[in-house]
Amino acid sequence: MAVTETVALTGPAEPILRPRPSVLARLFRNRSALIGGAVVLAFVLMAVLAPLLPLADPLKSNFLAIRKPPSELYWFGTDELGRDLVSRLFFGAQASLLAGIISVLIALAIGVPFGLLAGWYGGWVDAAISRVTEAMLACPFLILAIAFAAVLGPSLTNAMIAIGLSAVPIFVRLVRAQVMSVKAEDFVEGARAVGARDLRIVVRHILPNILSPIVVQSTLFMAQAIILEAALSFLGLGQQPPAPSWGQMLNVAKNFMEQAPWMSVAPGICIFLAVLGFNLLGDGLRDVLDPKEN
Amino acid sequence: MLALIGRRILIALPTLFLVSLFVFALQRALPGDPFLVIAGEERDPEVIARLRALYRLDDPIVVQFFAWLGQVVQGDFGRSLRTGEPVLGLILQKLPVTLQLAIASIIVAIGIGIPAGILAARRKDTVVDYSTSALALSGLSIPNFWLGIMLILVVSVELKWLPASGYEPFFSDPIGAIERLIMPAFVLGSGLAAFLMRHTRSAMLEVLRSDYVRTARAKGLDEDAVVNRHALRNALVPIITLTTILFGELLGGAILTEQVFTIPGFGKLIVDAVFNRDYGVVQGVVLCTAIGFIVMNLLADVLYILVNPRLRQQ
Repeated sequence: MAVTETVALTGPAEPILRPRPSVLARLFRNRSALIGGAVVLAFVLMAVLAPLLPLADPLKSNFLAIRKPPSELYWFGTDELGRDLVSRLFFGAQASLLAGIISVLIALAIGVPFGLLAGWYGGWVDAAISRVTEAMLACPFLILAIAFAAVLGPSLTNAMIAIGLSAVPIFVRLVRAQVMSVKAEDFVEGARAVGARDLRIVVRHILPNILSPIVVQSTLFMAQAIILEAALSFLGLGQQPPAPSWGQMLNVAKNFMEQAPWMSVAPGICIFLAVLGFNLLGDGLRDVLDPKEN
Repeated sequence: MLALIGRRILIALPTLFLVSLFVFALQRALPGDPFLVIAGEERDPEVIARLRALYRLDDPIVVQFFAWLGQVVQGDFGRSLRTGEPVLGLILQKLPVTLQLAIASIIVAIGIGIPAGILAARRKDTVVDYSTSALALSGLSIPNFWLGIMLILVVSVELKWLPASGYEPFFSDPIGAIERLIMPAFVLGSGLAAFLMRHTRSAMLEVLRSDYVRTARAKGLDEDAVVNRHALRNALVPIITLTTILFGELLGGAILTEQVFTIPGFGKLIVDAVFNRDYGVVQGVVLCTAIGFIVMNLLADVLYILVNPRLRQQ
């Protein structure tokens, strides 16, 4: 007894429960999230500021400056119609980020409600939704997106719809699994016991508790959506010329590899960095918000 | 075990049915009347009427679906609207080209991904681990079609070491085939290698923490024997379940890689079909891929049961 007391008295006076740092504080301490967030922020600024900066018109051809290599006047050179690549990269960022955001929103708008339905009701509702999800997952992502783009016709808007639709099953599965693990919790029982209706329980009690994995998955999917938009545009099924997008710039550049190699370099680096940024941010968010998933 | 495999096959059937329904719906949702394309410039009403009868377009939609499904079950995946060739024939013709690329890419992916994953796990939290993990994340973030363009620029245009494009069957000209395969296989394989590396690393870390590895170390085995004989075998089992994801990535990636290196394979077939508005081919390719995907999934499940003693004894 005496020994225990001595230990207790001389031991470090550490409180047993420390207040948990806020999500934002933990995010700032996570190296992956910090670097990823900075890169993403840089691209967001690039897209938002593009119309405000003193950049050349990204659509205006200049036949006196066709395929000029990088110089002081044209930092990244010019393309086959003499358009400044810096300006096209800045405006291209708008297409890439917009494609990412809109396709994630489409996937969320369809995937989350169906995932909630499947997870909450179970039984035949779940069986029906799950079979449709499996059938959609039975087709490789890019082929599904190409099939949708073929039906809808080639354009940036349709590429976004195609990417969003092909991602729906990922979100249905994620939300369904999360709801199933949360719905057995005591607070759901409690809500049911006080007579809350299904819709209220799902929206007010379950949804807020499964937001973290949804946020993480959305961020990681942004990375995938940017690559997919670039891939569809590279194949000619996304952004249509003359409007710029990184993938579409690469599609044109591959025809001038020998004459103007600089046309291929910068758009690819932009896609790579933007995707890397979202992947890092997603990994960091997962470490902070959803540690058990890591 | 047989019952388990049988159950997996039964579960795959409704998925297959739904996929066919989806592909059928896709065909109906297509813009414009595809028969106007086949009917040619004159748009002879008689020809259109005959085509409509041939494709049962005047029957109720349910009858149309089951008639089409009946054809698919018999191996008739439809015809190209442009050339009239059977889609299955076109796919079988292009498949060896893509298969050659796929096999080479898998060799690259396994050759880089698994050893790198093992190395990163064995040297956890060291410079080796951090740099391989960073490399893997970069591999996942780099668009493979851009990597292809960059390789062509450096290796073919600047250094003139390898041909920039084309295809040569391996069995007719092995050296020519390998020369044309190195770059596309690296482009397609490096992304998969990054994926495999991340999974091997986490599977190895999990296994290296387990009791039987501790026992193996405690009885005095050297670290190589522990890793190769005890840990690796068990760590590789969950990787089998990734086969389907890899198959999907491989097919998707092949579309872009074939486009960059002008390889006349499966991927080029679907892209050309989209641009030629040859919906017959698009639909056939989507259906074939989905069936291939479901079969791969089934095979992966069966393989998993076979290599996992606990499931095998059930």
